[in-house]
Amino acid sequence: MTTYHDDIYATSGDNTLADEEAHVFNATGGDWDQLVDEAAALHEERIVVNMGPQHPSTHGVLRLILELDGETVTETRAGIGYLHTGIEKNMEFRTWTQGVTFCTRMDYLTPFFNEAAFCLSVEKLLGITDQVPERANVIRVLMMELNRITSHLVALATGGMEMGATTVMTVGFRERERILSIFEMVTGLRMNNAYIRPGGVAQDLPPGAIDKVRDTIPLVRKGLGELEMLLNENPILKGRMVDVGYLDLTGCMALGITGPVLRSTGLPHDLRKLEPYCGYETYDFDVITRTEADAYARLRIRIDEMYESLKIAEQCIDRLQSNPGPVMVEDKKIAWPAQLAIGGDGMGNSLDHIREIMGTSMESLIHHFKLVTEGFRVPPGQAYAAVESPKGELGCHTVSDGGTRPYRAHFRDPSFNNLQATAAMCEGGQVADVIVAVASIDPVMGGVDR
Amino acid sequence: MAEEKDPKQATANSNIDGTQSKASAQDKTAGPDQPASQAATSTAPNQPGTVVDRESGERLPAQPGTAPDPVVVGERRGMFGAVEGGDTSGYGGLRSPILFPGTAVRPYGSYFDEIADRLEGALDSGAGDAAYGEAIERVVVDRGELTLFVRREHLPTVARAMRDDPALRFELCTGVSGVHYPHEEGRELHAVYHLLSITHGGRRVRLEVTCPDSDPHIPSIVSIYPANDWHERETWDMFGIEFDGHPALTRILMPDDWPGHPQRKDYPLGGIPVEYKGATVPPPDQRRSYN
Repeated sequence: MTTYHDDIYATSGDNTLADEEAHVFNATGGDWDQLVDEAAALHEERIVVNMGPQHPSTHGVLRLILELDGETVTETRAGIGYLHTGIEKNMEFRTWTQGVTFCTRMDYLTPFFNEAAFCLSVEKLLGITDQVPERANVIRVLMMELNRITSHLVALATGGMEMGATTVMTVGFRERERILSIFEMVTGLRMNNAYIRPGGVAQDLPPGAIDKVRDTIPLVRKGLGELEMLLNENPILKGRMVDVGYLDLTGCMALGITGPVLRSTGLPHDLRKLEPYCGYETYDFDVITRTEADAYARLRIRIDEMYESLKIAEQCIDRLQSNPGPVMVEDKKIAWPAQLAIGGDGMGNSLDHIREIMGTSMESLIHHFKLVTEGFRVPPGQAYAAVESPKGELGCHTVSDGGTRPYRAHFRDPSFNNLQATAAMCEGGQVADVIVAVASIDPVMGGVDR
Repeated sequence: MAEEKDPKQATANSNIDGTQSKASAQDKTAGPDQPASQAATSTAPNQPGTVVDRESGERLPAQPGTAPDPVVVGERRGMFGAVEGGDTSGYGGLRSPILFPGTAVRPYGSYFDEIADRLEGALDSGAGDAAYGEAIERVVVDRGELTLFVRREHLPTVARAMRDDPALRFELCTGVSGVHYPHEEGRELHAVYHLLSITHGGRRVRLEVTCPDSDPHIPSIVSIYPANDWHERETWDMFGIEFDGHPALTRILMPDDWPGHPQRKDYPLGGIPVEYKGATVPPPDQRRSYN
């Protein structure tokens, strides 16, 4: 046996199952050939494999417990919680505005969606949904749609890499980087932006941002064309993905699945169309559906959705050009007083603002101090707001007790919900198909565990 | 679609305004000369649907489409967060009740009346084992959202009717969120379900179920909405609400042997003081907070 009973970090524990003696193979630093010989000597085809939580193809720290009969998966269970950081609890100890800084880190590939869901729900609690300026909404839509592209690109890139297609990975990350540099220019950060705030956005677009977006869109479109040439009719890729991870409409409805997985069954369910927020009803775009309900259909949906997002982004920059309006609600009791500017050491407080509060206006200083340290009060009650994140319905349930901090903030993360479909998608398939099926759900463990 | 959305928005706004003005009217009736705790108790036993006239003190029927009786869920003391030590602000004795939106008066506005009527029809026709009045504790309309407070023993019946009745048809349950109100005696723990109907163009309903801390049991609806499997496990993990009938109610985010339920209000956030350039920053739950 390759078990190491003296290893304090990997003790073999109680190796007996309830009714039968089971053989345990530990693959910690042993020789694979030895392990295979041992397994072969047993003449037992049924084997339980613990895949993850540290496994390169489980999108972070997802633990899959697979029961195998030879190469066939007979049972699958997903174990989560390895990235639980208590974001919801932490938000109860910060002001409503500071909450944005926490929730943006949940699903770290979709920061703008996390922020938007939270802010929409806070705005609903405040009753200021209609007062958010038009320009702020357009910027939100622009950032969310660009973010949708980056998220889908990572889904394709990592999904491709898990199947051994490293070129897909390099192309995907290369294109993502172009958009991340837009995020960096606008928000100061590539990820974890904390840019969308209750009442609007943190600051207006810097000079040159619109031109940068306009210049980047054709480049990304060209890169997407490259990905399509590489993927769409690739016989190896189709061999790995077609009819893999099948989940039909009934299964999706029962398991509450939303996003590309649901749209791959042919149902055009998209919250941007069903209950538009941030003015999505005024944009011209299509909801992409396919009917094959397999991993390949989800891949194609993601590619086509990126083109739709580019279409929306183009409409956004046209509107931004013609609308120089404010980007924060007029109510000074809610609007964040500080202004940001790029300095020599990165984004920070604008020197003009510092000069005003420290040098000229005592009232400005008091106002700044009160709002930044104490925050604003939100009338008691609860609200639920949902946005269509790249992965599905991202909902935010916030409760206020009238104080300056959330009484409770709960996120319904689409990855958390959609991972429940792992068993339905994988059981009865091959071990190698598990990777493809899980990748087609596109779970991000930061969002799953929060 | 567009025609449906507009009246919804309009009623939502009017509801907010109505609620707020009524709530402030209640505050005024309590007045500065009355202790706030008395005002709190006087609102609680009110007959739903009546308001006290400010001048005559007479009970009058409330305006349709309003929520006249706010519910007291807690009390706020003082201001500026001066809880311990000497309070020099002069506000230390201030006690203000935390008022949540109260029972709504028909018509609820938007599509909410239709949902209430259909649910009443579905439950009273004997499809389930409980009548509407028995199963639904109260109805709250606030900020353009409909909340049905469901008595916990009737939750599966209501959930099944919400899913199966063709006129209701809420296909998706987007999970359950727990909320802990330690000051609401006998109903400290709340489980909040959000339902979505794709068939009826994105209608949403919130079901809220309460249970006492001493008996934290709520029937599971995993057999009706299998999607709730992990969500109920999460709520058990974080709040300690036991969902009876769940196929495998185990911890999901915290380790299996974790003691306590972290999202409860009596569970500390934890953290250590951090020293930076000679100054010490206390952990977040021990910093000054404004209540």
